[in-house]
Amino acid sequence: MIQAIAFYLFAIMVIVSGALTITSRNPVHAVLWLILAFFNAAGLMVLVGAEFIAMLLVIVYVGAVAVLFLFVVMMLNVDFAELRAGFARYAAIGLALAIALAAEVMIAFGAWSAGGIQLARRAAPIDPGVSNIAAIGQLLYTRYLFVFEGAGLVLLVAMIGAIVLTHRERGGVRGQNVARQIARRPQDATRNTQPVVGQGIDL
Amino acid sequence: MTAFFTSYGMDYGWAWFLSTIIGILVIALPLMLAVAMIIYADRKIWAAMALRRGPNVVGPFGLLQSFADGLKVFLQETIVPTAANKGLFLLAPIITFTVALIVWAVVPFGVGVVLADINVGLLYVLAASSLGVYGIILAGWSSNSKYPFFSAIRAAAQMVSYEVAIGFILISVVLWSGSFNLSDIVNAQRAIYPWLPVNGFIFNPLLFPMAIMFFISSLAETQRAPFDLTEAESELVAGYQTEYSSMSFALFWLGEYANVILMCALNAILFWGGYLPPFDWAPLYLVPGIIWLFAKMLFFFFLFSWVKATVPRYRYDQLMRLGWKVFLPVSLFWVFLVSGFLMLTRVGTECDASERVYLKQYGTATALYQAQRPVYPTDGVCRDKVLSEKRP
Repeated sequence: MIQAIAFYLFAIMVIVSGALTITSRNPVHAVLWLILAFFNAAGLMVLVGAEFIAMLLVIVYVGAVAVLFLFVVMMLNVDFAELRAGFARYAAIGLALAIALAAEVMIAFGAWSAGGIQLARRAAPIDPGVSNIAAIGQLLYTRYLFVFEGAGLVLLVAMIGAIVLTHRERGGVRGQNVARQIARRPQDATRNTQPVVGQGIDL
Repeated sequence: MTAFFTSYGMDYGWAWFLSTIIGILVIALPLMLAVAMIIYADRKIWAAMALRRGPNVVGPFGLLQSFADGLKVFLQETIVPTAANKGLFLLAPIITFTVALIVWAVVPFGVGVVLADINVGLLYVLAASSLGVYGIILAGWSSNSKYPFFSAIRAAAQMVSYEVAIGFILISVVLWSGSFNLSDIVNAQRAIYPWLPVNGFIFNPLLFPMAIMFFISSLAETQRAPFDLTEAESELVAGYQTEYSSMSFALFWLGEYANVILMCALNAILFWGGYLPPFDWAPLYLVPGIIWLFAKMLFFFFLFSWVKATVPRYRYDQLMRLGWKVFLPVSLFWVFLVSGFLMLTRVGTECDASERVYLKQYGTATALYQAQRPVYPTDGVCRDKVLSEKRP
């Protein structure tokens, strides 16, 4: 009973906030609706007993990715009216993409319900006493180690690539060398003199 | 407590619901009181370090000063700036306050004394603390004012940067204790050496630098001095809360200090043994665990106040350099070090290599179990751990 209520609550909230994400006029509001959608997706994950995935969803998407979205949207001050002006031009492409995605979902669902493909076991049974995290860890770091490491490598390459592509060396910037500042002593920086009255000193 | 209600003939679901509500109240109401007293303590410590008297007018020794302040803001008028985004402007303090409270659900106050004993406790803490930044960003943006906006941008960058280092520090603690559950982490700190009866990862030379880094990162994460650039009064008026007044301001205030107490509790739980006494000596266990936890939290709060009173504020680029160029590489390296040490000493020693199998190798459609010997002797898990019920 409570599961059904919770499921419908989360599911409806995901769909509603997803729809509001793409219809809201203010870009900041759009990002906030997106965050709400992430949240409710995490709630759905908790309902199916995948609490580790739910927490990862909140940490990675809500805690890091969406913060950066919000950051960028606030800083850039995106003018959505200008973006909307090109709506008619791209409507055909958008429609085609939507139809393609819908068709893919239908095909995937049909294939799954037909049960034709047995690529893998449907459900991964978990032993009693082994928590989700331990089970995921055991599988990821033993059986799927190379796939996992490969995914990590792809992310690393993407990160380094982004830095290399956007980094530019600007000349004439005075950086702070902390070690040099700390190593500097008063006797290196100052000089005590006793000038004769009326003569001044040479610098 | 659920058992108490079911013993009166209550349905299990309702008993659970009622006991959870009572648990929330039992945690949240004293927490609010603690926030009031801790603000008073903060001001007193700060004043003592500056050779002042601090609050001493309202009540004996000025003990009621926080309540007087609370009453004052409660009676003030809530002012919403005309150009502000009203919904988000009012939502922001609520988010800050709520997020500061929800983390307390997984904090263990004693053996088994925890509202939600979930096995992803530490991840929950990390997730909830990464939400704290939203209250500040939204406050800064929706105020539609320059200084709050600068403050929001600073807060976003600062909290995201330090969360990375905190994540690595937590990973090394998790590796050592072998669990994400906060109670298990505390229990793993009991008598960490057979030859030296001490409780707490702080006494472990490999984890000691992590404890120091976690303390500094928790200062940055709660935006306390010397990392309080989001509300640097000399440059940004009051930062993100400049435009706030009355109860919405008070909610920020309460949330901020609730977060500080939470970080003190996390420092105590993750590295100082939580509700365990500092030494593994039987008479010390006669003192209730909650007292040890509170003593450690107060100690850490004193450190927080001490730092606030004595350390000058960082410059923003120094803050970023500390986070990204010092803490991130050092904590990453330390994760390697800790995991390497554990690989060397602990992994694969519970049972012989011939007893180790992969966790799951279900072979065919007839559900026959096929045990497969791992390639490396330390891979997989012990056979007796996995196959308790599934062996055909």
